[in-house]
Amino acid sequence: MKRFISIAVILCLVLVLFAGCGKEKTGGDTAGDVIKIGVFEPSSGDNGAGGKQEILGIEYAHSKVNTIDIGGKTYKIELKIVDNESSNDKAPTAAATLVGEKCSVVVGSYGSGVSIAASSVFGNAGIPVIGASCTNPQVTEGNSHYFRICYLDPFQGTVLANFAVDNFNAKTAYILTKLGDDYSVGLGNYFKEAFVGLGGTVVEESFQEGNSDFTAFITSAINSGADVIFAPTSTEAASLIIGQATAMNIDIPLLAGDTWDSSVILDAASGSNQEIYVSTFFDEGDDSAAGSEFVQGFKAWLNANPDKLANNGGNDIVAAVSALGYDAYMVAIEAIKKAGSSNPADIMGALPTTTYTGVTGDIAFDDIGDAIRNVAYIKSANTADASWNFVAIQSIK
Amino acid sequence: MDKKIKIIIYAALLVALFALLFILEQILPSYSMLFTVLKKGAIYALVAVSMNLLNGFTGLFSLGQAGFMLIGAYTYGIFTIPTEARSAVYQYFDGGIINFTVPVVVALVMAGVAAAIFAYIIGLPVLRLKSDYLAIATLGFAEIIRAVFQWKTLGPVTNGSNLLRLYPTFKSVLFPFAVSGICIAIIVLLINSSYGRAFKAIRDDEIAAEAMGINLAKHKRLAFTISSFFAGVGGALLAMYQTTIQASAFKSAMTYEILLIVVIGGLGSVTGSCISSFLFIAASEWWLRFLDETTYIGSFKVPLLNPGFRKVVFSIIIMIVVLFYRRGIMGNKEFSLDPIAKQFKKRFRRRKEVVGSNEQ
Amino acid sequence: MEFINTYLPYILAGISVGGQYALIAIGYTMVYGILRLINFAHGDIFMAAGFMMVYLSASMPLYISIPLVIILTVILGFLVERIAYRPLRTAPRMSIMISAIGVSYLLQNCAWYLTSGLPKQYPKIPWISASVSIGASTTTVVTLITPILTIVLIVALVLLIKHTKIGMAMRAVSRDFETSQCMGIKINSVIGITFIIGSFLAAIGSLLYFTNYSTVTPISGAMPGLKAFVAAVFGGIGSVPGAVVGAFLIGICENILKIKELDMTTFSDAFTFALLIIILIAKPTGLFGEKITDKV
Repeated sequence: MKRFISIAVILCLVLVLFAGCGKEKTGGDTAGDVIKIGVFEPSSGDNGAGGKQEILGIEYAHSKVNTIDIGGKTYKIELKIVDNESSNDKAPTAAATLVGEKCSVVVGSYGSGVSIAASSVFGNAGIPVIGASCTNPQVTEGNSHYFRICYLDPFQGTVLANFAVDNFNAKTAYILTKLGDDYSVGLGNYFKEAFVGLGGTVVEESFQEGNSDFTAFITSAINSGADVIFAPTSTEAASLIIGQATAMNIDIPLLAGDTWDSSVILDAASGSNQEIYVSTFFDEGDDSAAGSEFVQGFKAWLNANPDKLANNGGNDIVAAVSALGYDAYMVAIEAIKKAGSSNPADIMGALPTTTYTGVTGDIAFDDIGDAIRNVAYIKSANTADASWNFVAIQSIK
Repeated sequence: MDKKIKIIIYAALLVALFALLFILEQILPSYSMLFTVLKKGAIYALVAVSMNLLNGFTGLFSLGQAGFMLIGAYTYGIFTIPTEARSAVYQYFDGGIINFTVPVVVALVMAGVAAAIFAYIIGLPVLRLKSDYLAIATLGFAEIIRAVFQWKTLGPVTNGSNLLRLYPTFKSVLFPFAVSGICIAIIVLLINSSYGRAFKAIRDDEIAAEAMGINLAKHKRLAFTISSFFAGVGGALLAMYQTTIQASAFKSAMTYEILLIVVIGGLGSVTGSCISSFLFIAASEWWLRFLDETTYIGSFKVPLLNPGFRKVVFSIIIMIVVLFYRRGIMGNKEFSLDPIAKQFKKRFRRRKEVVGSNEQ
Repeated sequence: MEFINTYLPYILAGISVGGQYALIAIGYTMVYGILRLINFAHGDIFMAAGFMMVYLSASMPLYISIPLVIILTVILGFLVERIAYRPLRTAPRMSIMISAIGVSYLLQNCAWYLTSGLPKQYPKIPWISASVSIGASTTTVVTLITPILTIVLIVALVLLIKHTKIGMAMRAVSRDFETSQCMGIKINSVIGITFIIGSFLAAIGSLLYFTNYSTVTPISGAMPGLKAFVAAVFGGIGSVPGAVVGAFLIGICENILKIKELDMTTFSDAFTFALLIIILIAKPTGLFGEKITDKV
């Protein structure tokens, strides 16, 4: 009897399986006047905090522009948000979901590893993707469907190496990267190349996923006589590193890339004497018209939506990735307008020549599909009142 | 006579299955979630059956599956990345030191062989351990393998902790079905051979088996090596499915997932493992997805539905199965080795006989 | 002196983390001693205690939230035993171990659901989070009090096991499950108390551990849990002092491997398992374990 029931259950499930795919098909056909933009971002895992902030930027942009006119017809824009869980092995499935939703264009992701991992899923489906803050060169290299609006790690690494030499007269740098994280390993590598090129020496170490004890690494940094510690890591590891560095009272400045531009860092560092410098894409104190308008509008929008505010970490500090998310969405809109169609292939054809003046600066794509950028903002953490101080706009010598 | 008819029926069913898959691929859009489930399900079925061979048929509680899959995945990736793509993949290691490729099928076999060789070496000391000590030791080996593959010094071969990508993958759902099908068929043949009977004897009572003249060490090692071979092939298929390989993905959580599939299907039941792996993947990737989405009925927000709720519901279902349906979907009955079709036949045509044979 | 100044921080970190492993390891070793079960969920109970502290301390002062966290963790540990292990008492050992893996999966997923998988900042506990200098290196007070507190708790536990009635019952049950049942020992209450003690120590361990490492994630219990289990096996499973010695040894060794000059950081986790396999093969009963003969 038991077996009979189990067989019956399986049969039902199989029926549901087929019913499910039947339903899916009809669902796709009725969506006539809607254009779907996929949002491929982590909202959980290591990069969850940053991913959420990038989604906020996209959602804010969507709240400002949610219709588009193509050929005299007004289309409604719908956001399809999936969570890639910051995990390279979950990313392809999440991407497949977006493909299944028939998105015209996809924006994302925060974190280069997941972008690389899911790239071929979008590529095979012929859907163009606009990366907002994935800085690793491998994301766009060797494919025609991935575009990106931020600067690249070789540039960022060089900027930071220059900054370390210029400001701290650094001779020795301690580089701490996370094993298996393309962003972390890549940026660490480019920093090293640039720093050695400037005549410095580096000491490199890496930690494993799930590591929570950084005291040994910090001790190694002290013992190596480093002038700066460069730690391009996720915010999760960052808060551990900062917490333990603070407890050990070290007087070596911490340097990091764009991921550290997050209120998580400010929370972890507040009340300590730790010096922290990050390079980033956008500064909240930006006094350009577009920049200040975005900052004001975004803050008002955040404060009006309590759950959005919670996703931003409970405060209204504008993260650079939110600005990039905003710009990426706007670039997608521009591309759809330029293509005059919601067909992914047309949008992909239109993207290379799309230009847009965003809140993070002018955006135009080069042959590889990367935005042409030549400046980075350097900010330092103000540990007294948990905010960012603008330090310099740094470009490469 | 009867046997011949059986074989014909099975062959016909297999052909029908592949025909059905082929037709589905033609009529459904390629991005349908159904194919994701079928592809991943087929791969997990192979890995689950290989684990079942060890845990369900030989009674060796091993938790090293993820480690062997990792070896398989890396072996496949390392030997199939096209030479012109190597400089892009091994960008920190000057293109790596391996500068040739082998055909996909050869690489799949190599993946299995590499995993089997490791298993043989590991098995020499580890298989002397009993039950949960064996489990924890194999789990430990899987973790060590993961660390070794991430080691920077081996970077020119394994690309350190970075992704391997750009190797050949499959598009059609027929490919994983064919490979998994062949592998599972080999495992079934093995289980039904004299070796398989020896495995089961070891599972039921080691001392009695030894007294019957079964060489314990040899048979345990054989089961362990063969299981790892297929885990390696499964790992290679998984790598093809995911399009990128990274050592950090092959965590012990993956082994646990496969173990739960085996348990839900029924320890000691090949068909059970196959069915449950499709159910498991479909439930976790597709059917329960709606639990993750904030849903409104009218203006009423359905409570609890937030990202992550799917996993909670899913793990509760698993706990219920583990606690109350301990034998899983199929139990470990002999005839459950036959395809489901046979069950229907018995169920509806020879009901009395089935009841009779169960009572024996 | 130069040598000590360079390497003292590694040793200190090792001793501190060793003490925290020890507190978790006792839960494993006691449960294994009695039920012959690797309680895979133990590391996750440790993680759950961390999250309880994060959420409770947000709404109430520390002198209420700390005892409350300990009480809730104990209840959680007890419930896990009651719901997931007790119904399987007569089942094969593999089933109950699978149930343990299932509970671990469930706890992690619940934590994932509640936090969306985002790491949470652990509250700072005054005084024990403060910095203190030893020689040329700086560390936190918690690093120093961990080993002391661990040893005090363990001495108390050993006394409990050796000199009280319930301790005697525990020893009897771990020696022979069925016979002790025949002698009138209430097996279920003994097992319940074992889980209560294990969870209590895990809660204390989690307070110390997360004060040191400041962030809690749904998977932050998995690794410490496995390592604590290895420590328990290393010291001889079932033996409380053995687990403590094993834990300190593993804590110190894994930190020594992180010394830059050795260049073995990648293997600091793997090392623990290598140690496990070596001890299992060379001396399966561990350092202090008693010889157990297999029953046919």
